[in-house]
Amino acid sequence: MKIAVRYFASIREAIGQGGETVETRAETLAALRDELIARGEPHAGALARGKSVRMAIDQVMSDEAAALREGAEVAFFPPVTGG
Amino acid sequence: MARVAIQHEDFDLSNEIAELRRHDKRVGAVCSFVGTVRGREEGTHGPPVLSMELEHYPGMTEKAIEAMIDEALHRFDIFGVRIIHRVGLLAPGDQIVLVAVTSAHRGQSYQACEFLMDYLKTQAPFWKKERTPQGEQWVDARVSDDAAAARWGIPGGNG
Repeated sequence: MKIAVRYFASIREAIGQGGETVETRAETLAALRDELIARGEPHAGALARGKSVRMAIDQVMSDEAAALREGAEVAFFPPVTGG
Repeated sequence: MARVAIQHEDFDLSNEIAELRRHDKRVGAVCSFVGTVRGREEGTHGPPVLSMELEHYPGMTEKAIEAMIDEALHRFDIFGVRIIHRVGLLAPGDQIVLVAVTSAHRGQSYQACEFLMDYLKTQAPFWKKERTPQGEQWVDARVSDDAAAARWGIPGGNG
């Protein structure tokens, strides 16, 4: 299935782009993250396990167990620092 | 008036409060919080902050804050809420964020204002980048913000 992936802040800078379309069989956010890490750099460093990465599906904060669906918008970003 | 505004422009506290109170004779209390850009991080040894750039996630930001306001209206006996968050390039002393809440008596608007700020600090997709004489750096999330949010039963996720 096709997923629209977006990156923000330090993760966007590390990956070098604000987003990309990803063709994947990953069923969860965790699986998608692992798939992106497996590509190697720059994704591996930006999304590395042990790093604090927050995720959203269709613009709602979600945990890694959340299920993906065709056409979803997934975002990866660092902990938020607004306010 | 829209409850949420994400904007580059500055805002005027008096105008926002006047608008929030207008035509609502039930209001007996208005509580507001304004956050500004610090010229230096806490502790005077840090380098001066020359400017601050705020990035956000258009679409999700508005959605997240609207959900926070719905939650506040559910939890507290309040009438109206106005939240403004600025994005883009800001200078020390500039206003960044406004949260204003109206209620009949002060207790509920005080609490709702604090609740909304704690929620926003940990759940709204904004990121700050500081420019100092040593270069640019992303501001780290604070564990203390998670602790503040936890008081309300809000998962932090920033630690």
